[in-house]
Amino acid sequence: MKLTDRLHSWKELPIGGIIPEGGTSRAYKTGTWRTGKKPVWHPERCIQCLFCWIYCPDDAILVTEDGKRADFDYDYCKGCGICARECPAKPEKAIEMVDELR
Amino acid sequence: MSQVAKELMALTGNEAAAYAMRQINPDVVAAYPITPQTELMQTFAQYVADGLVDTELVTVESEHSAMSACVGAAAAGARTMTATSSQGLALMWEVLYIASGLRLPIVMCVINRALSAPINIHGDHSDAMGARDSGWIQLFCENAQEVYDNVLQAVRIAEEVFLPVMVNYDGFIISHGVEVVETLPKEVVQAFVGERKTPYKLLDVEHPITVGALDLQDYYMEHKRAQSEAMRTAMPTILKIGEDFEKLTGRRYEAIETYRLDDAELAIVALGSTCGTAKDAIDELRDEGLKAGLLKIRVFRPFPWKYIQTALRGKKAVAVMDRAEGMSAVGGPVFHEVRSCLYDLGDRPPIVNYIYGLGGRDVSIEDIKKVFNELVPIAETGKVEDFYRYLGVRE
Amino acid sequence: MARLRDLAKKPSPLTSGHRACSGCAFPQVARQVLLAADTPVVVVIATGCMEVATTIFPYTAWQVPWMHCAFENAASTLSGIEAAYRALKKRGVLDKDIRFVAFGGDGGTYDIGLQALSGALERGHRLLYVCYDNQAYMNTGIQRSGATPTYAYTTTSPAGKVIPGKTQKRKDLTEIVVAHDIPYVAQSTPAHWNDLITKVQKALAVDGPSFINVLQPCRLGWTFEADMAIELARLAVDTCFWPLYEVVNGEYRLTYRPKEKKPIEEWLKLQRRFRHLFTPENRHLIDELQAEVDRKWERLLKKCGLA
Repeated sequence: MKLTDRLHSWKELPIGGIIPEGGTSRAYKTGTWRTGKKPVWHPERCIQCLFCWIYCPDDAILVTEDGKRADFDYDYCKGCGICARECPAKPEKAIEMVDELR
Repeated sequence: MSQVAKELMALTGNEAAAYAMRQINPDVVAAYPITPQTELMQTFAQYVADGLVDTELVTVESEHSAMSACVGAAAAGARTMTATSSQGLALMWEVLYIASGLRLPIVMCVINRALSAPINIHGDHSDAMGARDSGWIQLFCENAQEVYDNVLQAVRIAEEVFLPVMVNYDGFIISHGVEVVETLPKEVVQAFVGERKTPYKLLDVEHPITVGALDLQDYYMEHKRAQSEAMRTAMPTILKIGEDFEKLTGRRYEAIETYRLDDAELAIVALGSTCGTAKDAIDELRDEGLKAGLLKIRVFRPFPWKYIQTALRGKKAVAVMDRAEGMSAVGGPVFHEVRSCLYDLGDRPPIVNYIYGLGGRDVSIEDIKKVFNELVPIAETGKVEDFYRYLGVRE
Repeated sequence: MARLRDLAKKPSPLTSGHRACSGCAFPQVARQVLLAADTPVVVVIATGCMEVATTIFPYTAWQVPWMHCAFENAASTLSGIEAAYRALKKRGVLDKDIRFVAFGGDGGTYDIGLQALSGALERGHRLLYVCYDNQAYMNTGIQRSGATPTYAYTTTSPAGKVIPGKTQKRKDLTEIVVAHDIPYVAQSTPAHWNDLITKVQKALAVDGPSFINVLQPCRLGWTFEADMAIELARLAVDTCFWPLYEVVNGEYRLTYRPKEKKPIEEWLKLQRRFRHLFTPENRHLIDELQAEVDRKWERLLKKCGLA
């Protein structure tokens, strides 16, 4: 049974209000929270410092198995822009905030 | 009757509880000193110091932390016990509800004592009655033997229904009075309480669980309904464990105990040490020709309404003894519940309430006889003029 | 020194889908702390933002064993868990090494949870308590706490016509913890990830209690632009408002010294909670705050043997 798939009856719930597995919040997409701006990654400018990854509040920066930065996970990115501000790549940042139409 | 070798020991109620805990050998005990519980934890601390138990004793800085540590320990899968009294239980109040809501099988001795203000260190049931809706199973003891017996049973009850259990006994009257207590050998106790059962395993790092999540409008009610079901269906398990215990000891434990009640016309309902006094009073009254009887409530939560209803059916007058002033302006908490469960009887006995024994005010055989004597005119007329009464107060 | 590339290969302890405000900084605190651990960790959290935003049933963002009990008792709840762990190990039913971490906000740590924290530290449980200090009761709507800095606006210490925000001093919790004489105490911020991760690793290595006070800029309560949380943590350190230091067995050590100490005004002016200080009649209050930062900074340098 997946707890997040529908509203369950009291008889179906795990004892004591526990959530019996980790990471179920991924069923809740916070990408819809973005209000007008989204970050865009330019891999050609990226220096793979991973600062954006360590500073992202929303775990919305995907990394490859060998620990390299991949693209944004727009399902969860709330569009705060911390990644773009903190990006140290020069002369141009590897992340820019662009207008997003909804 | 069993063939188990038993040992007779002279113990106070607190020592009986501590000795039961020693034989249970819990994983974690977290406690804070308060009169009249203190002697229990002192005795147990000595067991720890002498290596007689394997328990991790967490000597916390408050009762709030005592119950919090118990909640953590029980969630982690430890067999967990504690004890408190009065203000200590009041300070735990917030966490009591968390323990039951998280369905944690914690066992706590509550050495019943009055609540401030005015400050008073002696026995009454104000503390336990304040916690009666906290989702804990509540057992009440009449004497030190019942303290020992109920503590042992409480561990199994808690772990079979996954609700925390309070074992209540009157401060000083039971906690500090020395009585002869029949104890079981440790290995018999160990076999009786059995392997630890836990509702979930927080320390299973390979399968991480989330305990105590925020619950909003879409689930809080379902979780409370599920918790309520555990309390609603707990009684058969409590009775079954009582039967198992009787097989070992010959001592019978049910939801209620009746004393000369079957053919009684006048009944009183009481909890705790007063029941012993009442039994003596009833014997004397019977000799005097009055058909008096007692209904002792052992299991107050879950409330044994069906048993009370059956036991009081057809009585000519009933007095409910409350050792706590509920301040509801219409009587004490036990009275309300007993009276409520008689509502569905076609032939309801007239019923009165006595608030008594607050702050350790002594209750004598004469006091109990007075109550019965006041029931006589009620039984004769079927009428109750003032149902909310005090016993033993200076007017 | 931790390498981000190595940390990025680890499973995320706090995953996406949680409901912290956009631009919040507590998730970075939690992730950095937990990524630092090389031993499995069990987490207890006090009631607060980090709890409510990450675990709305049936959604949990945590991928580590996690428990919430109440507001003031994260330390005592974790004490019980740690005691249970020792008991279960002693009985031979558990063989894994596990570390124990509590997170509490400043309300749950400086104020209502101070007694439980003090008790747990005094009893010597092997646990790490991390305070994510956002300097007010942010979860309930920005009420003042013992951690709120002087003259900050909060909803219960508003700046008005006669009172310029919170008029009392900020409690120095880190020093209170130091007074417990535990093996490891430190301050850090999520902007200084390498500093924080190194400190967590030191804390988890000690066989006893440890405590790290982490400044966590709050977009809502401090009121700044959505992308500024990390920069504000950095500025708090560079103005010497929030020095990075550690106290190892009673010995103070500065772990970062700004090349150039910036005026406190640079930190204040980016936050609307201090906006009322930037009027002609209130400017002297900024001078007063600067003097206080200077006094405390000098005192810390002395303790570190650098004065």
